[in-house]
Amino acid sequence: MSPSARGRRIGILCAGLLPVAFAWGEYADVILNSRSEAEGVAPVIFPHWFHRIRFRCSVCHVELGIEMRVGSNSMRMDSITNGEYCGACHDGQTAWSVDNCDLCHSGRPGLATGIQGGHQTGGPGKY
Amino acid sequence: MRQKPALVLLTTLLLTLAAGIAAGNWKTLRNDQLHDPSNPSLRVLQDPEEALALLPPDTAGNMVNWVTALQRGIISPRSSLREDREHEILDDDVLMLDTMPLPYVRFPHRPHSEWMGCETCHEKLFVSVAGANAINMGKILDGQYCGVCHGAVAFPLTECNRCHNTDSSTVSGARPGGTLP
Ligand code: HEC
Ligand code: HEC
Ligand code: HEC
Ligand code: HEC
Ligand code: HEC
Ligand code: HEC
Repeated sequence: MSPSARGRRIGILCAGLLPVAFAWGEYADVILNSRSEAEGVAPVIFPHWFHRIRFRCSVCHVELGIEMRVGSNSMRMDSITNGEYCGACHDGQTAWSVDNCDLCHSGRPGLATGIQGGHQTGGPGKY
Repeated sequence: MRQKPALVLLTTLLLTLAAGIAAGNWKTLRNDQLHDPSNPSLRVLQDPEEALALLPPDTAGNMVNWVTALQRGIISPRSSLREDREHEILDDDVLMLDTMPLPYVRFPHRPHSEWMGCETCHEKLFVSVAGANAINMGKILDGQYCGVCHGAVAFPLTECNRCHNTDSSTVSGARPGGTLP
């Protein structure tokens, strides 16, 4: 094999490994940044893996009425503070209260709203 | 001899993948390229590995077999915020035959209804009549029907054989949308 052909193969190999090396976050982590950064706080990271150990899907997606489509719920901080969405649990009783800004607003600057495919996909329609 | 470098590369690739799978491959929050490492609260948040390494392993998604974890009672997520009532479980399978050339899809109600109430799917995502939903693979890959959850939160769509799980020769007299006990 000529050196250039080998170089190409190595190039292809590296390209194959890219998704592994650049996999972001844990599978199903949700980034919420429709307003956060624009209003001076870090993007929100919602970990599905953490919550599904404690709650079945329908608690959030039926009882609390959170639509299963990232970005389709207009979650605003004032409605959360008033006990909707995250605030239904993060009230100082079921879970720690909304005063702990950093625990939710924990993302790096510049993240876009979306769901993370972690090990495999980038979410529905992206694979 | 000409194929040797390619073989070595292939082996390396497979070993890398295998190692990734064996190790669970969970990133720490500090290195996941999502969390801001300068946020002091990262010390308080849990790294995925701390929780997920204790659950039955799998090879895709969160690398956790969530169905087994729930069925064995290793985790017991709440069904409701109001009162901890047990929700309804439906124990039948719906057979979907329009899958050529792949094996049939046998949709199992039991693991789904163990994980979520009926209203999560009915009647918004699926009409509860066998065969009444115009599902196809293109729509699923586009994030509709099964693809609302699979590929986002439940195991990813690259796991063809978990849905295309029923060899057509093992089902006799099957009719489209027929249900199986
Ligand atoms: C339980 C999680 C949680 C906690 C705790 C929390 N937030 Fe939020 N916050 C959110 C979510 C979710 C959004 C919507 C994110 C988006 O789409 O940009 C949000 C949005 C915001 C926004 C954007 C404007 C708006 O009205 O939506 C600001 C500003 C904000 N939060 C400030 C705070 C401050 C200050 C604190 C601490 C006192 C705090 N948040 C604590 C979850 C949280
Ligand atoms: C603690 C609450 C909570 C639980 C429990 C929960 N989710 Fe979610 N889910 C959310 C939130 C919040 C979002 C983001 C909504 C938004 O961005 O508007 C979301 C988004 C989603 C989405 C949309 C992804 C996309 O592609 O846009 C799907 C699908 C989903 N969840 C499925 C599930 C499944 C399946 C389970 C159970 C295994 C589950 N969720 C458990 C809160 C929850
Ligand atoms: C159904 C109840 C429920 C809802 C809704 C909910 N959470 Fe939580 N959340 C919890 C519980 C319970 C904990 C664990 C609290 C504890 O350990 O004291 C938690 C913990 C967390 C953690 C910390 C995880 C860790 O590593 O310790 C984050 C971050 C978080 N929630 C974000 C959110 C955001 C953002 C939303 C809204 C989009 C939300 N949660 C909605 C119940 C909920
Ligand atoms: C989440 C479950 C699921 C996964 C994962 C899945 N499929 Fe499907 N597939 C279906 C369902 C449901 C149908 C429609 C069956 C019906 O309507 O009778 C289907 C139909 C098909 C069809 C028939 C033609 C068409 O367009 O509908 C093909 C081919 C197919 N799938 C290929 C694949 C391949 C290849 C993969 C893996 C990359 C895959 N599927 C992964 C559920 C799945
Ligand atoms: C994960 C989504 C999901 C959940 C949760 C779910 N179903 Fe279904 N259901 C389906 C699908 C998919 C079909 C097949 C539709 C088709 O063939 O087009 C179906 C079909 C049905 C049918 C007609 C076929 C049959 O099995 O007799 C009934 C009745 C039904 N569901 C009732 C329920 C009840 C009751 C619950 C709660 C215990 C439930 N479903 C929970 C997705 C779901
Ligand atoms: C509302 C969300 C949702 C929808 C819609 C959905 N699933 Fe699932 N499915 C799940 C969850 C959650 C699990 C548990 C495993 C996991 O999280 O990876 C699961 C598991 C499965 C399993 C594995 C069961 C086992 O015993 O291991 C199969 C097979 C499956 N789904 C097929 C389908 C097919 C086919 C469809 C479409 C007809 C579908 N699912 C639609 C959420 C969903």
